[in-house]
Amino acid sequence: VAGHLYYDRLLVKGGRIVNDDQSFYADIYMEDGVIKQIGDNLIVPGGIKTVEANGKMVIPGGIDIHTHFQMPYRGTTTVDDFSQGSKAALAGGTTMIVDHVIPEPGSSLIEAFEQWRNWADEKTCCDYSLHVDITHWNDRVKQEVDILLKEKGVNSFQVYMAYKDFYQMSNSELYEIFTFLGEMGGIVQVHAENGEIIAEEQARMLEMGITGPEGHVLSRPEELEAEAVFRAITIASQTNCPLYVTRVMSKSAADIISQARKKGNVVFGEPITASLGTDGTHYWSKNWAKAASFVTSPPLSPDPTTPDYLNTLLASGDLNITGSAHCTFSVAQKAIGKDDFTQIPEGVNGVEERMSLIWEKAVTTGKMDENMFVAVTSTNAAKILNLYPRKGRLAVGSDADLVIWDPDTVRTVTAKTHNSAAEYNVFEGMELRGGPSVVICQGKLVLEDGGLHVTPGVGRFIPCTPFPDYAYKRVKARKQLAVLRAVPRGMYDGPVSDFSPLSRGGTPSASARTSPTKQPVRNLHHSAFSLAGPPTTEDLPIRPAGRRIVVPPGGRSNITSLS
Amino acid sequence: MSGQGYQGKKNIPRITSDRLLIKGAKIVNDDQSFCADIYMEDGHIKQIGENLIVPGGVKTIDAHGRMLMPGGIDVHTRFQMPDRGMTSVDDFYQGTRAALAGGTTMIIDHVVPEPGASLLSAFEQWREWADSKSCCDYSLHVDITEWHKGVQEEMEALVKDHGVNSFLVYLAYKDVFQLTDSQVYEVFSVIRDLGAIAQVHAENGDIVAEEQRRILEQGISGPEGHVLSRPEEVEAEAVNRSVTVANQTNCPLYITKVMSKSAADVIAQARKKGTVVYGEPITASLGTDGSHYWSKNWAKAAAFITSPPLSPDPTTPDYLNSLLSCGDLQVTGSAHCTFNTAQRAVGKDDFTLIPEGTNGTEERMSLIWDKCVVTGKMDENQFVAVTSTNAAKIFNLYPRKGRIAVGSDADLVLWDPDVTKIISAKSHNSNQEYNIFEGLEVRGAPLVVISQGKIILEEGSLHTTEGCGRFIGRKPFSDYVYKRIKARSRLAELRGVPRGLYDGPVCEVSVTPKTMTPASSAKTSPAKQAAAGGQPVRNLHQSGFSLSGAQIDDNLPRRNTQRIVAPPGGRANITSLG
Repeated sequence: VAGHLYYDRLLVKGGRIVNDDQSFYADIYMEDGVIKQIGDNLIVPGGIKTVEANGKMVIPGGIDIHTHFQMPYRGTTTVDDFSQGSKAALAGGTTMIVDHVIPEPGSSLIEAFEQWRNWADEKTCCDYSLHVDITHWNDRVKQEVDILLKEKGVNSFQVYMAYKDFYQMSNSELYEIFTFLGEMGGIVQVHAENGEIIAEEQARMLEMGITGPEGHVLSRPEELEAEAVFRAITIASQTNCPLYVTRVMSKSAADIISQARKKGNVVFGEPITASLGTDGTHYWSKNWAKAASFVTSPPLSPDPTTPDYLNTLLASGDLNITGSAHCTFSVAQKAIGKDDFTQIPEGVNGVEERMSLIWEKAVTTGKMDENMFVAVTSTNAAKILNLYPRKGRLAVGSDADLVIWDPDTVRTVTAKTHNSAAEYNVFEGMELRGGPSVVICQGKLVLEDGGLHVTPGVGRFIPCTPFPDYAYKRVKARKQLAVLRAVPRGMYDGPVSDFSPLSRGGTPSASARTSPTKQPVRNLHHSAFSLAGPPTTEDLPIRPAGRRIVVPPGGRSNITSLS
Repeated sequence: MSGQGYQGKKNIPRITSDRLLIKGAKIVNDDQSFCADIYMEDGHIKQIGENLIVPGGVKTIDAHGRMLMPGGIDVHTRFQMPDRGMTSVDDFYQGTRAALAGGTTMIIDHVVPEPGASLLSAFEQWREWADSKSCCDYSLHVDITEWHKGVQEEMEALVKDHGVNSFLVYLAYKDVFQLTDSQVYEVFSVIRDLGAIAQVHAENGDIVAEEQRRILEQGISGPEGHVLSRPEEVEAEAVNRSVTVANQTNCPLYITKVMSKSAADVIAQARKKGTVVYGEPITASLGTDGSHYWSKNWAKAAAFITSPPLSPDPTTPDYLNSLLSCGDLQVTGSAHCTFNTAQRAVGKDDFTLIPEGTNGTEERMSLIWDKCVVTGKMDENQFVAVTSTNAAKIFNLYPRKGRIAVGSDADLVLWDPDVTKIISAKSHNSNQEYNIFEGLEVRGAPLVVISQGKIILEEGSLHTTEGCGRFIGRKPFSDYVYKRIKARSRLAELRGVPRGLYDGPVCEVSVTPKTMTPASSAKTSPAKQAAAGGQPVRNLHQSGFSLSGAQIDDNLPRRNTQRIVAPPGGRANITSLG
């Protein structure tokens, strides 16, 4: 793989370098896929290839933090494999993708991970990383997660609150997973929808004879998404684990995330290209194939004001990171569910359109500036993946993944010209201002003068390490803050009633599972009042914010007197 | 309105002898106050006005311009409650006596069937206990502690034949009472069809169970472990979840025991969005806080154990009183459930075994007067609303209860806003050794209490009659609750898009479905009968955009949809791209 790289020496002259914090004019010299120099009047070897930026913006290549390329589904595979998908990504200015490994429930996480590595290594045209989805939970899975974190370069794991009887986790399982990942320095991603209510609603829709794609959105109203986000935040807060909500599709879900952030929760929200760019009115299209092409979960909201609202929250920093959740099926594949919307394979396109769409919706409208644009399309993702500043920043030593951005170019999105293999494009006919004029990936020119030159298989797996500062600095500080201690009372020595052992008081007995971990920390930010905790002793079990930690000097107290 | 549910036949002869005139009172209802005399006979209010013509020789009380208000309704009591072979120390006699002493003339108790036992037989058991001992009128909520088809049939019987219109489900007490989200959805659907009210004990039992285990592992076994394992966001989460399920099923929701600021906030927000939801703070959450769980006196700390727990945040009572005053919370109960120290000591080595419950039926009215009216948060009319009228409206007892009007029951309280007393276990009417409000000085108390037209409290002495309390049956479809629900059921229906058949190629697939199918839950949805409530309806208030829905066949199952487009037929061009 490295063989491809070291020929490449490249100078970008006269660009305005845009990072998430500032913009400035400078030249950039790259060698061996790494940025070597930034500045004016650089001294570079003779005869190297030079690209004139002519004062245009030079930005870090985009990171699409959520893709499902080449995803197996009931014996078929999504139409965009790693080659086709990463090609579409590069065409849109995205130079790194993070795909989701989805192990079949019951099968090994590591085997699935290796399978995805093989597929991606063989075909990907840009660098990539992998999230691993936890689709079932037991001690063996826990060990595998441990290995993936420590040895395999995976720092983020997704759990599902939907897909009842299949991927869905119970609250207790979520608690255990969150606790474990919170200790190991992983990021918990959640697919947030209440699967139990959806199952009830789906059954009712089908009974009523609603079988088309409109049934998909009718059975998954947005408050079910908001409810699950709320619950995930509660569990994350209890276990002191950073939380990442994938696919923020509705205003109410986004509101819950922003409220939680205001209270101090460590939570990140990921709107996707589709939720930022279109809405769920198309589920009512008379063209079945078109309606079905919008089927994804959580569904696009039928509220047409949703995209604008989500773009606003993205601009204000309440939502942080954008992905595409690119997962494309052909019409024939979608038609598996032609008589039953619950059988329609889920997923929409968006990897190619993501950056232009955000530019159009958020930058040209004045919601955000170019620096914030870089933050939400690249830098924040790099930070949460613990890849910053290697990715997500233009700086000496960073990877030479960059894009010359033309804010004035206008193009119309259509399935006729897009780089995906899907027959439909959910953004069909949309006119987008702003796009890449040059894309450089691993120090090589990939897009230039409208021509795309990609090489399948050059993409490298970029391992992510645990405890990303971006998420964990606060979590660590909170862990140190307080301890939980019992009140020393001496023994109760009064009379005790006889009672039958049937427990009514909510004992945890029957679940028979052992708690996997010891000390999550309650979020101090949440307490509505201040704590007066004694200083921590290092070897004591650490735990929250006992709301009130009082350890008065000992002595046996008067236990039974009435006072 | 009289006549319904007069089931305590044995009491009627006694009532007829009572004729009573109160002169010169300032009558306080929830909407206005005015000065008048009031004449009662046979347990009913017969006349209100000035210069009433009444029979000679009737007993007359001169109110001297003091406030006369409807007797309080304590919507949440657990008298004589069985717990693992023990019984709470205040039975229906002692409990209703305490209630009357505090100005409460009606209580609604919770029937708690053991999981696996019949709802109806548990209900009859509670009726028997209460009929023989209760000193004031009472009604019963029934708790749903498990879920299957048989329970649904018993619920129907309870609503139609036994005067029950409210059922409580538990989101906590894992593996004992707790129901899953799917079960709650089905229970709510049944409740809405029956025209009843869904009450929820809102705490996330799964998380509580995990936390309890962890806290015990850390060696924390005392009462402080109770509150540490049940942080308030676990309560708020469950409230949020029940609001979601209630919206989906178009079922009215009632949150019992609102104990924390965050839970109250979730209710207030949901009401602003239009959800039909009511919140019930209790005497304990309005009057004290959870700092006592850290008391060095084990017995005292244990006396505060209740679920959801009292919040350790000392600003909570003031906040809840404010929300009660502004209408975001509507009703108050006591959740009076008292265990003595020896009973509590069952959990002396393990806080999860401590029987739960606090006192508050006697203190409720005075405490709210002191915290809300004396401080200027609410006026006397709002006080009547939150202690009596709203409860009567929600549970369909209004205006028989909860209002002073001709024809209403003669349950009245002559209120003295100036009297001050100090709450103490030494002087309270409960059997419990501890009072969680011990030492609290409250201003405002009943001077005279009249129940069923009879003087029960006068000049500081209490004259109660064991067993004279009548069971008051409650009919379903309370207007206060169901007017909005019915309107929403009528609003719109849900229809599929007529598309013709898809005729393009279809991919071959292996048999395992990837997308979730509801198949394996194997339960049948019990909520089919479109009773008066109709099919569940999504709350229109909640939609962030307007609907354009056509209403056509009323016999179709009803539900509203975000977008209802039924363009005139014709086969659509299904497979073309674009």
